[in-house]
Amino acid sequence: MAQHDDGVATSDGIAVPEGKSTAAGSAVEKSHAREVSSGIAVVTADKLVNPGFPPHRARLTDTDPKKEKRAERQVSIWFYLSIVGSIFAVAAYIAFPIVPGDMASVRLNTLTLGLGITLGLLGIGIGAVHWAKALMSDVELVEERHGTRGTDATRARAVEIFALGNKESGFGRRSLIRNSLIGALVLTPIPAVVLFRDLAPAEDPVTLLKHTMWAKGTRLTRDPSGTPIKASDVTIGSAFHIIPEGLLGTEGLLEEKAKAAVLLMRLRPEDLNELPERASWSYDGIVAYSKICTHVGCPVALYEQQTHHLLCPCHQSQFDVANHAEVIFGPAKRPLPQLPIAVDDEGYLIAQSDFLEPVGPSFWERELN
Amino acid sequence: MTTTDTNTKAVAPSKGARFTGAAANYIDERTSISGLVKEVGRKIFPDHWSFMLGEVALYSFVVILLSGTFLTFFFQASMVEVHYDGSYVPLKGIAMSAAMSSALDISFDIRGGLLMRQVHHWAALLFVASIGLHMLRVYFTGAYRKPREINWLIGFVLFILAMAEGFTGYSLPDDLLSGNGLRIIDGMVKGIPVVGTWISYLLFGGEFPGTDIVGRLYVLHILILPAILVAALGVHLLLLIINKHTQFAGPGKTNENVVGAPIMPVFAAKAGGFFFIVFGVITLIAATVTINPIWNYGPYDPSPVSAGTQPDWYIGFADGALRLVPPGLEFVIFGFTVSLNILIPLVGLGLFIAVVAFYPFIEAWVTGDKREHHIADRPRNAPARTSIGAAGVTFYAVLWAAASSDLIATHFYLSIEAVIHSLQALLIIGPVAAYMIAKRVCLALQKKDREIALHGYESGRIVRLPGGEYIEVHEQLDEYERWKLVSYNEYKPLMIRPNANGRIGVAQRVRAGLSTWFFEDRIAPVSSTDVEKSHDSGH
Repeated sequence: MAQHDDGVATSDGIAVPEGKSTAAGSAVEKSHAREVSSGIAVVTADKLVNPGFPPHRARLTDTDPKKEKRAERQVSIWFYLSIVGSIFAVAAYIAFPIVPGDMASVRLNTLTLGLGITLGLLGIGIGAVHWAKALMSDVELVEERHGTRGTDATRARAVEIFALGNKESGFGRRSLIRNSLIGALVLTPIPAVVLFRDLAPAEDPVTLLKHTMWAKGTRLTRDPSGTPIKASDVTIGSAFHIIPEGLLGTEGLLEEKAKAAVLLMRLRPEDLNELPERASWSYDGIVAYSKICTHVGCPVALYEQQTHHLLCPCHQSQFDVANHAEVIFGPAKRPLPQLPIAVDDEGYLIAQSDFLEPVGPSFWERELN
Repeated sequence: MTTTDTNTKAVAPSKGARFTGAAANYIDERTSISGLVKEVGRKIFPDHWSFMLGEVALYSFVVILLSGTFLTFFFQASMVEVHYDGSYVPLKGIAMSAAMSSALDISFDIRGGLLMRQVHHWAALLFVASIGLHMLRVYFTGAYRKPREINWLIGFVLFILAMAEGFTGYSLPDDLLSGNGLRIIDGMVKGIPVVGTWISYLLFGGEFPGTDIVGRLYVLHILILPAILVAALGVHLLLLIINKHTQFAGPGKTNENVVGAPIMPVFAAKAGGFFFIVFGVITLIAATVTINPIWNYGPYDPSPVSAGTQPDWYIGFADGALRLVPPGLEFVIFGFTVSLNILIPLVGLGLFIAVVAFYPFIEAWVTGDKREHHIADRPRNAPARTSIGAAGVTFYAVLWAAASSDLIATHFYLSIEAVIHSLQALLIIGPVAAYMIAKRVCLALQKKDREIALHGYESGRIVRLPGGEYIEVHEQLDEYERWKLVSYNEYKPLMIRPNANGRIGVAQRVRAGLSTWFFEDRIAPVSSTDVEKSHDSGH
């Protein structure tokens, strides 16, 4: 059984006799839907007919006053529980303060406050839903749909309004005005675009990207302490995270570090397969490579000592340190740039120069001079 | 009580009722709100569990707004370097941005701050997840068909905005993980031809990471994106009211009516109560389960990174796409560097989501069906759509799994190369297999439905006839149950016909090809003739 709840058809709350409401299938004829193309839909004449609404089944709370009373009590108990929860939350806020340095107090505060608020919320939620499901009318109502488009009269009036607007303003007729307006409207946002240039400083990003802090004679120092490294400290098989000397304390430390971070490794000279033109870039099996992945710039921080492979934890590009850091797996294309190194008079490792190519992810102007 | 007393009561309402009446009159005389109440107060909402998914999204968004507002009172969106001096001992004295420091203060020095941070984060995860499921529900039931194509598009925009909100919010604390996420974005942006370098430069206010990005993302996160999101959400809900909700086929339900509960009071109570339930469950999770423990990651530094680095789950598909690209796809042409290893994922994902966004229009073009559709399809009754959906879900799932390729390798003791190569193969084979399997399953289910509609259930009761023959008695469906099985739309492939000039256009050929692909295999719904025949045959 269902009630019609559509406009003036019947008033709310008055049950419509069953015989009347079962004719849902007849709604098809009733609505004066416009004939529109059904495309390649198969329309059959012998479709089964909608049987109409099944008889309504009463709930226990509808038929048994005891059950109804019980549901009523349950709903109010949930609402009372909510009140308890909210009060508990305020009490917990006061009773379980955060003691500086004590992680357990943070946890206790979060937990008790959270559980109190949870009860405050769930009590209302469960109570309201239970109320709706057990006690409010569960008789399904019916509302007619109407085509989404406006009526023909409405549409005609809308067209007429536009026509009048056009006629009274001369928008279509006065093409000089119209076209100059369109031109003006197209150009007005352009200053707004220009305004955004100063989001970044005046320098050319390409020049900045091609240089790092490394220069001839810059000492290689440990990351993050900044202490210099002697060649004799680097034992075979070891790896060091390196920053240039003087990085700590510079303005724009992170920007410089994001380009200048280096990994230093010492391999047995017989394992090291160096390019002839780079033979002088290493020192006694010690090689230095940019730590910034040539894919999208994550730090290539994982060194596998046995295989001499460097692995980028972000997208798993692998670089073979023994073979001038060429890519052996993963999405990166270019080898890690090598930093030419040497040793100064005191035995400390120094850079021979800056990197000879831009470090980090590829960019459009990378190969341009 | 006498009859007179009752009558007096009826004409003279109680004090409370008089006040309510006066207040209502006061407001209506100034707003004519009674018209609105008349229009929508008894609007009907159909009921089905899957219709709750969109509600979950809506309510978790409200929770996000509430908890987020609380957080803005304490968060400092600044990258000024400070030395942490809060309660968390392991980080005391460490240099970090004010953003990170204030996020730590919210966590450790403000009562309920950690709870609110976790409510915000969990609600955000639930928001994206429920939008995703809601989209799948709408897709697989065909609820995007006319007149709801535009609302699908708006919903799609909401999904993108939700992910953008998620990513910008994730980046705000300026911890090690979020900084690495930004580093990846920076690398991807730099890979865009011609403009990439400049976009990255302008976005970060100089070189990566700079000191501007957190402030800028903050403006996006709490102002621009939410403003667009709220506006789009408003239109989404307005169109929902205008179009009225879809309903599943059922006895008495037609394409021309809506059957269900009225807003006042049942739907309001259920939906309102459900809001509190969603809020309560989020709070319960936030109170008991830690999320994004930034204090373990420490402040951002471009040099260290931990193994097993992962984005929040909803960005996973993009990260996975970056990982699955075949090696060596980068070249230099006329001195310009073209990073196909970044462009292919970008363009590929762009195409993928473009298909998602425009699928309703593609399907409408193929079927040529201009009627309004308010009855939600059961997925099995639209085999082509369901199979395409299954293929799409599989494609997404493989990309998503790929974002955890390293964790898969370490947890299952596999080599990373094997995992990547398998996923690369799966990305191609998976969707095709899913398509074929889903299609077969749909058709089989339709056949089963047809069988049941015509002959009923096997009752398990074996009867021996006088002649010695054994038969199993079939339990017939009642007409209401049967209607649910037989009430669906059916399409057939487009027949190519030459136009007035005697020609067959390319568009028509494509449409015919697509419609054949969509509707070649189909099971016709049971007709009244079929029913009569089956009765004649003696079952």
